[in-house]
Amino acid sequence: MDTHAATSTGPKQADQIPTDLLAKIDEAVTHYPVSKRSASLPLLHLWQNHFGFIDDSGVNWIAARLDLEPINILELVTFYPWFRQEAPGKTIIRVCRTLSCALAGSYDVREKFCKATGIDPCASGHHHAPPVSPDGKYSVEFVECLASCGSAPVVLVNDDLHEDVTEADIPNILTQYAS
Amino acid sequence: MKSLLLLPPHPKERRIVFQNAWTQGYTPDIDCYVKHGGYAELKKALGMKPAEIIEEVKKANLRGRGGAGFPCGVKWGFIRHDDGKPHYITCNGDESEPGTFKDRYILHNDPHQLIEGMAIAAFALNVHLAYIYIRCEFPKAAGIVAKAIEEARAKGFLGKNIMGSGFDIEMYVHQGAGAYICGEETSLIESLEGKRPYPRIKPPYFPAVLGLYMSPTIVNNVETFCHVKQIFKIGSDEYAKMGTPGDGGTRVMCVSGDVMRPGPYEIPAGGVTLGELINDVCGGMKSGRKLKAIIPGGSSSKILRAGETFKMKVKGTDGEMVEKEVPLLDLVMDCSTLAAAGTMMGSGGVIVMDDSRDMLWALNNLNQFYAHESCGQCTPCREGVLWIEKMTTRMVSGEGIKQDSATLQNVADNIAGRTVCAFGEAASWPVQSFLQKFPEEFAAKS
Repeated sequence: MDTHAATSTGPKQADQIPTDLLAKIDEAVTHYPVSKRSASLPLLHLWQNHFGFIDDSGVNWIAARLDLEPINILELVTFYPWFRQEAPGKTIIRVCRTLSCALAGSYDVREKFCKATGIDPCASGHHHAPPVSPDGKYSVEFVECLASCGSAPVVLVNDDLHEDVTEADIPNILTQYAS
Repeated sequence: MKSLLLLPPHPKERRIVFQNAWTQGYTPDIDCYVKHGGYAELKKALGMKPAEIIEEVKKANLRGRGGAGFPCGVKWGFIRHDDGKPHYITCNGDESEPGTFKDRYILHNDPHQLIEGMAIAAFALNVHLAYIYIRCEFPKAAGIVAKAIEEARAKGFLGKNIMGSGFDIEMYVHQGAGAYICGEETSLIESLEGKRPYPRIKPPYFPAVLGLYMSPTIVNNVETFCHVKQIFKIGSDEYAKMGTPGDGGTRVMCVSGDVMRPGPYEIPAGGVTLGELINDVCGGMKSGRKLKAIIPGGSSSKILRAGETFKMKVKGTDGEMVEKEVPLLDLVMDCSTLAAAGTMMGSGGVIVMDDSRDMLWALNNLNQFYAHESCGQCTPCREGVLWIEKMTTRMVSGEGIKQDSATLQNVADNIAGRTVCAFGEAASWPVQSFLQKFPEEFAAKS
């Protein structure tokens, strides 16, 4: 996994902001007429949705946009598990780890996803830096309760929730996101 | 979503907030909602005085559905309508208590019901700006609710001068970022202010006094706001009658774990016993196994053991209150009965485990959750939950030592009551109750 190199040596994200992202950022800021600082999380989401992760230039740019110090943004990126400072796989597989899913076999499901994508199942990636498959196509991580305990085990693949996932479903799920 | 949930309601169920979410062919757009009578209750409320609206909610005996079960009308009563300050409402859609999965269906399938409930609340509480905080693990819900808000604005149910009433209300979606702690209301407010979501200490930071932007703020759960709308549809007296005294209406109970038919079931408060819920509504235990343990109200509630009995006061045949031994499966599912049994209704998340389950393993799973989710603000919690998790992980791997049970107890006892927010209790109660109810399993591993 060589994603960190991509973070530190790649072109700065802040130098490549497309106009549609700028428009979305401007719109998001209008949702918080009382305090611009409230737009921190929405801007981080927009940034990460576009670039895949948030580099230092992103932290600085968002801070400047909201008249904040960079630390005010960086402390959010390091606190909230959703935000990443390194590139994930193209398809992000989040397996629910918590009790009801664990009772229904989510530990096996995560391990099988790891094996099928060539990820070391021992690499934890429970917070911030998920392990990425050698081909860069997938990252697999455990996340805490996804609030769908009645259809356990569940897996969030990008924006799609897959319910009652069994080992047999894994090849199909991976094929679905292969292209 | 699961097709099982589109089955007709079980006879014990009474679908009110779920009445549309589970109707085949029902779509989350505004035309479908209006066709099913949507926004009629907002119109009704706009013709009332704000104080009358709050009075109705009080009369309905609506308790918050997020976990703490605080009476909603009483909470609203803390806001002084004409104090000259800006007021806010925030919907808590950060549903992440393990075992709880009800708000997700409302957010995905019936977003206008929530928006209507919030608009009624906004009018009652003199609020002109409202936020719906949705956990980012529901990415589709955020899009669906944002679209619903746009639709409602276009039709004049939100925005300026709603339905010609002269009242303005703006509403926006705000996405979380994967932190369980944001379900705690003061943490949610910090998160909404763009900060690290460290909970605020109460007093003085009761949201109704010093909430969002240090102004009076009401934070209610998704399901709670939907019940508000339903109270105005059904009428507060009728609504209150569905439940037990002090706990009105219906409640979505989310059953998961080792039962035949897990799922969310909307049942009048006090309308079933634990035994009826598991054996009747959910079809009993999986594959002929026996019940071992029940976590009745989300992972933070204290666990109950199969075969337990509880001494509690119940109404006798002559109407007098008498003390009686109540078996576990005869416990009525309402706030006061579960509190009397030493646990809580919480968020309605019932996790059922059968006799093949190892209680140390189950507790360790929850300890890993709390260790991951502690925000780190208070030392007893930040350090304690990590130690607890390390100990049970070691015990699970077969390296327990004799003192482990006592040390676990000691650490848990020194977290609960010593933190800014209720997370300290939430993380300690599982440890304390598992140790109390299943001491032999811990002794065997230490």
